[in-house]
Amino acid sequence: MLSLNELWFLLIGVLFVGFFFLEGFDFGVGMETQILAKNDTERRVLINSIGPFWDANEVWLLTGAGAMFAAFPHWYATLFSGFYIPFVFALLALIARGVAFEFRGKRDSKAWVKTWDVCIFFGSFLPPFLLAVVFASFIKGLPIGSDMEMHAGFFDIVNGYTVVAGITVVLMCLVHGLMFTTLRTIGDLQERARKLARKLLIPLAVLLVAFVIMTYTMTDIFDKRGVLLWIVVVLGVAAYLLAGYFMSKKKDGYAFGMTGAVMALSVASIFIGLFPRVMISSLDQAFNLTITNAASGPYSLKVMTIVALTLLPFVLGYQIWSYFIFHKRVHEKEHLEY
Amino acid sequence: MDTVMLSRIQFASTTIFHYFFVPVSIGLALLIAIMETMYVRKGDEEYKRMAQFWGKLFLINFAVGVVTGILQEFQFGMNWSDYSRFVGDVFGAPLAIEALLAFFMESTFIGIWIFGWDKVSKKVHLASIWLVALGTMLSAFWILAANSFMQHPVGFAVNNGRAEMNDIFALITNGQLLVEFPHTVLAAYATGAFLVTGISAYKLLKKQEVSFFRKSFEIAAIVGIISSFGVAVAGHAQAQYLVETQPMKMAASEGLWGKSGDPAPWTVFATIDTVNKTNKNEIQVPYLLSFLSYSKFSGEVKGMNELQAQYEQEYGPGNYIPPVKTTFWSFRIMVAAGTLMIVLGVYAIYLMWRKKLDKPNTWFMRFMFWGLLLPPIANTSGWIMTEIGRQPWTVFGLMTTEDSVSPNITSGQVLFSVISFTAIYAILGAVLVGLFIKVIRKGPYAMDNEHGESHDPYNKEGSTHAFS
Repeated sequence: MLSLNELWFLLIGVLFVGFFFLEGFDFGVGMETQILAKNDTERRVLINSIGPFWDANEVWLLTGAGAMFAAFPHWYATLFSGFYIPFVFALLALIARGVAFEFRGKRDSKAWVKTWDVCIFFGSFLPPFLLAVVFASFIKGLPIGSDMEMHAGFFDIVNGYTVVAGITVVLMCLVHGLMFTTLRTIGDLQERARKLARKLLIPLAVLLVAFVIMTYTMTDIFDKRGVLLWIVVVLGVAAYLLAGYFMSKKKDGYAFGMTGAVMALSVASIFIGLFPRVMISSLDQAFNLTITNAASGPYSLKVMTIVALTLLPFVLGYQIWSYFIFHKRVHEKEHLEY
Repeated sequence: MDTVMLSRIQFASTTIFHYFFVPVSIGLALLIAIMETMYVRKGDEEYKRMAQFWGKLFLINFAVGVVTGILQEFQFGMNWSDYSRFVGDVFGAPLAIEALLAFFMESTFIGIWIFGWDKVSKKVHLASIWLVALGTMLSAFWILAANSFMQHPVGFAVNNGRAEMNDIFALITNGQLLVEFPHTVLAAYATGAFLVTGISAYKLLKKQEVSFFRKSFEIAAIVGIISSFGVAVAGHAQAQYLVETQPMKMAASEGLWGKSGDPAPWTVFATIDTVNKTNKNEIQVPYLLSFLSYSKFSGEVKGMNELQAQYEQEYGPGNYIPPVKTTFWSFRIMVAAGTLMIVLGVYAIYLMWRKKLDKPNTWFMRFMFWGLLLPPIANTSGWIMTEIGRQPWTVFGLMTTEDSVSPNITSGQVLFSVISFTAIYAILGAVLVGLFIKVIRKGPYAMDNEHGESHDPYNKEGSTHAFS
């Protein structure tokens, strides 16, 4: 049986996997507004295609952070204070992005629209990059002392390994977003999205391989969770190849599922490698934060478990339902809200 | 400045800025839900148009409220990590439940509401705005449960240097929460209502779309007067609870240094001298403080000097007196704004009843327009009193603000974040006001074809299945 500490570690992992799977594609679509769209109408079609979803997708991040706060307060405290500046930038980006969707269409001036478009682009690019940097440095280890405080310098956070992770995740979001676009648009835009996704598969493969090799040599997670992680890698390769196959057959729905699977497996591998640690100290193994020493009391975990297991089916139910309501394709002749 | 002071500035600016938008969202969601209900029941297109027009303002406001809320959640960990370590067990739970129960609901159903006008049935569409309204209220409940714990900690035991929860029901039946929740939520309804009456008054003065704005005014005025009265009643209950649980905050908000005397008078105005711990130029209303504190015209209230001595015995040496002038004046500003709201509300109802809204007294309608500023003033000063009045504590009697701050962040880092967040707030605030003015100027019947696009939901091309 799972202990409650293990269950909450698993739940937080699921929340972050869900966040990257879901918001991953709307980050990608946000980037596409500058990369794929040729004109303002196409930009609007793209933004409207994620219109009903992006806000709820972002709540997965808020819930993940909230669950961390409640179940593993020390994890939450060490993480957010330790990565102070990266989180400042991520928040500024998320703030600008969130209002930009609502604001951009509210005035006709070109400069106005352009300003918010820049916010949408950077707001869709920076958060996944920074979060990937943070997640990668989780498993690389950080200077955490016996007092559980992290005193990280610039190069503890920004280094070859974390930057490769950042770029990989950004590219993964873009490919995943492009596949989402093939599902929600028609005609030329859809065609171009499919083509670009296929083109990006090679650079993404190079990055993913580099990331796996670096992880193998620079972290201890393959020593700790070898078999399980190799299974994830094999599944990842399979999902990746299938994504390419489905793209070439224009089976967009399946291809979207596969790019999502690559994303989900990548994020899951971080959590698998961490377990049962939640933060790894590069100073001394004894200073690691674990699912035991970073956790809330058993009563709290029990209450939270009951609440979460009661609510989760409803939450998942109405979110899936909302995707069903908006399963039809967006095109320029339709009423575009944004 | 040190990290404590800078982090306090950041917390205060974020909270105050965030809280300009939260009550507007809560209030407008309810009003829009009422308007759409009228539309579904009566079939009158004007009510649909009302839901859409006020919905436009709601969405602009909601966007800013949501994005500033993300920072609100993260800064506990970023700036107050020792606080998070100490109370995460108790304080984190309501936050996580808020996200799971309320945020998901709001964000999903707002999506359905915005984009679903032609995609779901009228009833489902109506249900989604009611679920948004319910979501905002649930969100308020859980965040106030967390806040109430800071004002009056219950349902926990300190183990291994941490506050651990041992009774969730104590947490959600906290006496503080039972008075704070109705006070805050009713104030939020009043905020939305006065925004709608204010803008409608402006339009009625200009004689634009009179029928539309008269109906809007009437719905909002009714919600406004009920909630303004409710706020006062709940506020009275809250003051009494304050005397019991946080007497120092009460004494500071009264500028009361020594014992009050029995019966206790209420000080309307005073020049407070915090150095010599005395007041000059006091203007007092006899009996009123006794009534506010105990609902009867007798009874003594403890002063700050006595409480300071008592706290020193209980918690060790230190200064337990919060910033007195801030607490004193923010309380008075809140009460004054709330009283004016009731006065305006009553007269608005009188005009409605006499059917004089088409030919209103212009002076009154001007007041009513500026009246939209009263709730934000009351909300802000109310929170300033609540949070500043609790100092030096973050969790009353358990943990001080000084001990709550993250030990590993530098003042340079916090200064950087304070400046960048404040700058982005200033920009967002200005943009929001600008967009509000634009939407209001254009009016409810200029909303179609904003982008020169035709609205054709029955277009066949749009119906291609995604997973084909």
